[in-house]
Amino acid sequence: MTFSPNDLMLILPELLVITAACVVFALDPVLHASKKDGLAWLSLGTLAICMGLTAAQMNSPASAFGGLVVIDAYGCFWKLLLYFVTGLTVLLSYSYLKEERLYFGEYYGFVLLALVGMMVMVSAADLLTIYLGTELMSLSLYVMTGLKRSEPRSLEASAKYFVLGAFSSGILLYGISLLYGATGSTRLPAIAEAISGRSLDDPLLLFATILLAVGFAFKLAVVPFHMWTPDVYQGAPTSVTAFMAVASKAASFGAFLRVFVEGLGGLKANWSAIFLLLCIATLVLGNVVALVQTNIKRMLAYSSIAHAGYALIGVVAAGRLNGSASSPNGIASVMLYIALYAFMTFGAFAIVAMLRKGGLEGEEIEDFTGLAKRHPLAALLMMIFMLSLAGIPPTAGFIGKFYVFMSAVEAGMAWLAVLALIFAAISAYYYLRIVMVMYMREPGELTESSPRLVMSPSLSIVLACAIAGVVFFGFYPNPIVNLATQAVLTLK
Amino acid sequence: MTGFPWLTLLIFLPLAGAVAVFFVKETSVRLTALGITIADLLISLPLWWLFDASSSEMQFGELAVWITTPPIHYRLGLDGISLPLVLMTTVLMPLCVLISWQSIETRIRSFMAMLLILEGAMIGVFAALDFVLFYVFWEAMLIPMYLLIGVWGGPNRLYAAIKFFLYTLAGSVLLLVAIIVLYFQGGHTFDILQLSQGTYATSLQMWLFLAFFAAFAVKVPMFPFHTWLPDAHVEAPTAGSVILASVLLKMGAYGFLRFSLPMLPDASKAFTPLMVTLSIVAIIYGAYMALAQADLKKLIAYSSVSHMGFVTLGLFMFNIQGIEGAVMQMVNHGVTTGGLFLCVGVIYERTHSRQIADNVGLTKPMPRYATLLVIFALSSLGLPGTNSFVGEFLVLAGTFLWSKIAAALASLGIILAAAYILWMIQRVAFGIPSPQYLLKLRDVNQREMITLVPLVVLVFWIGLFPNPLLTRMHASVEKVIARVYPPIPEPVSAVSQLHPLEPVEKETAPAVGKVQQP
Repeated sequence: MTFSPNDLMLILPELLVITAACVVFALDPVLHASKKDGLAWLSLGTLAICMGLTAAQMNSPASAFGGLVVIDAYGCFWKLLLYFVTGLTVLLSYSYLKEERLYFGEYYGFVLLALVGMMVMVSAADLLTIYLGTELMSLSLYVMTGLKRSEPRSLEASAKYFVLGAFSSGILLYGISLLYGATGSTRLPAIAEAISGRSLDDPLLLFATILLAVGFAFKLAVVPFHMWTPDVYQGAPTSVTAFMAVASKAASFGAFLRVFVEGLGGLKANWSAIFLLLCIATLVLGNVVALVQTNIKRMLAYSSIAHAGYALIGVVAAGRLNGSASSPNGIASVMLYIALYAFMTFGAFAIVAMLRKGGLEGEEIEDFTGLAKRHPLAALLMMIFMLSLAGIPPTAGFIGKFYVFMSAVEAGMAWLAVLALIFAAISAYYYLRIVMVMYMREPGELTESSPRLVMSPSLSIVLACAIAGVVFFGFYPNPIVNLATQAVLTLK
Repeated sequence: MTGFPWLTLLIFLPLAGAVAVFFVKETSVRLTALGITIADLLISLPLWWLFDASSSEMQFGELAVWITTPPIHYRLGLDGISLPLVLMTTVLMPLCVLISWQSIETRIRSFMAMLLILEGAMIGVFAALDFVLFYVFWEAMLIPMYLLIGVWGGPNRLYAAIKFFLYTLAGSVLLLVAIIVLYFQGGHTFDILQLSQGTYATSLQMWLFLAFFAAFAVKVPMFPFHTWLPDAHVEAPTAGSVILASVLLKMGAYGFLRFSLPMLPDASKAFTPLMVTLSIVAIIYGAYMALAQADLKKLIAYSSVSHMGFVTLGLFMFNIQGIEGAVMQMVNHGVTTGGLFLCVGVIYERTHSRQIADNVGLTKPMPRYATLLVIFALSSLGLPGTNSFVGEFLVLAGTFLWSKIAAALASLGIILAAAYILWMIQRVAFGIPSPQYLLKLRDVNQREMITLVPLVVLVFWIGLFPNPLLTRMHASVEKVIARVYPPIPEPVSAVSQLHPLEPVEKETAPAVGKVQQP
């Protein structure tokens, strides 16, 4: 493999984020406690620079390190989304960590390291590089999940996440090795070439596909590989939960789509059938179990499982559509769905994070009782996020669902769209329950321990960004639709 | 397609008003909301005269690109079917603000904002000519209505609100899939007019009809899907009930007329027996249920089920009398039932009870109120000279042409209506008021008079001079019929068709009366 300095220029954003993470780790022990806020600003600054660099790379496709990493509009789409979400995470954490009295400078370092992992995942064109990316992301997330050291729930979540995550990484790696055995390469283009014209009659290829699907299904939290999600989402600090629910899901989808479209595109009819089963199971279980949750973090966890199911509809449709597997409609609708999902889910988690009951987090649904009386604006925002998650127009959530269902009907699966929409109607029940307790229940006596919302400037920015995305793209989705359809064209 | 953007103004003025009410002084919130709804009414009134009744084309059209891929347009326009419904909406909204003047005390800003958002969305539903745009307005309406019931409603409001929301949402999700399927089958367009001209395979039409049916039948509501209606009506605040009964229910019928009939003519014909059966069941069942109610709002709610049965019955007759009668009946039901709900609101403000047993003998203490109530009640039972008579008569005349038995069964509904309405009047207007309520029974004040009198005027105006309304919808209705039965040798107008029986467009009420009296 030849190495040229030009390759380093191409991965400059990744290098910058890694450097920033190292600076954060190095400065943390020496900085005075009062100056540790600077670490958050350092992270934000890095993200802003990277955003500019990646946006500039968007229209100049290139390949680095002999094809291990590709720079294309597809990867840049995900990267831009990831920077945005990471930026929101840093801002949210800035307020949240103070409320929780978690003073860890390393926190921002881990956020940045996880981001590097995600960036590698979405721009790698080699299975082992993708694996490295997922490991870097996952290891950082394991640490962040267990950051509330004094709380057993957080530690339990971290341990559970670690064990199951390691298990799923093993499966993923096993799939990669089998695929290497079947095709003789780990590069996606080489794999695509090797399997063209072959079918799943080859048991090696069959097992490799299934194991890869299972490995990614763990990362995407798709039923039946979702078991870790509710516990981890509930136990982790809420800012980390938001980060996991949005960024890690987006990056996993980015890598997952690239592997299955670029690498295994020749088998699309086969993997489409696998994902159809996973998709239906996810829609049913995610939505039905969310109905009975009383803890809002668990409810949002099941809701995020269900939303992965909606996104999978686009994947299934992409496999069924004629033409190449990257036919714009299927995959583009998935990208659009996840991008829009990011805004509403992050907004919802941000409000959950800042709802305090005494010194603790108010994370029971009951704690939202009468929020509309005490914090009318926050309640209004929460209502819009919930309606958007339920897919009611004119919000971004509706646009996302609309495009996914368009691709399903185009692929001749109107019945799947009907099924998914029926579950969307069911999901409206649990989302509306939040609206109901906020608006239609009278709050009890105000006491020291009654839930209140802690507002801060940084939280206001987070909420403003989230609501702007939900409302703007709900009314005028053209920019993000065009971006997604352009990006998907670069997927081979 | 250019010209003054009447419809955009009509839709967005209330939406802007919904924001504005949060920025005015607490004391002038009501006045602002009233001002905006009246302004909207004044903008909509010229449309009545500017409308070219001889044309079946969409008028006051507006077109702009909204979403590029897939092509979704911001396309608006009115024809003779949607024009009366838009005007009915704009007339009712100021009255809804007025009736809520004192009865709503908490969160008045949000309440008025909800009313205004609803107004914008409702006009949008009637004016939209792009299917996705229509769906967006159709769904967006649910949220403010849900909040109106859930926040300002009665004791059982949470149950009623969620039931309303889930029923209508579950119905309309199938509509979304049907819209997308039509897009791919109808030449990659969401344009309602273009889709209405396409021809689709019969089996596809059947599926699409069922999907449309799920959405529209829940909204109407047709017989087995009506159970959300009594709950929602009883728990909603007065303004909510009025909007629900007068406008929201019409959207289901409007959906059948705008989409099911012209887009799916074969399926519509095939499903006619089912639709007629359900309609007749609704007419008779709704009336029977109304007879048994002790709660005024529930009584009116079930009478709505019965009256909407006439509307769906008329629609599926595919003749000019039936459909014109159905559209008439949509407007009439909006006016009459709106008036009745307003009356219940007035009395509820005084006695805080909607039970018939608590509100008896109102003629003595409240003579003006009793007069108004009796007028609306008689209109509701279809007394000649009032608006409902014209609509019901046309529907029955249309049904008679199709099947005499169906017409006979549907006429039962009118007899039963007379029974439950007159019995209600007998108790509420005439009787001995219970002493504990007597002190509270002030007669209607000026504000309430202003709220109710416009509807009284409409009751008689439509009842005595239905022609202006009929001529405006005539061309558009013929266009719909031409889609279902393409070769029409000679379009016959409702008026001339009826002429041999008995002239209907009489200026004198007594002559019309003869037709009705059994």
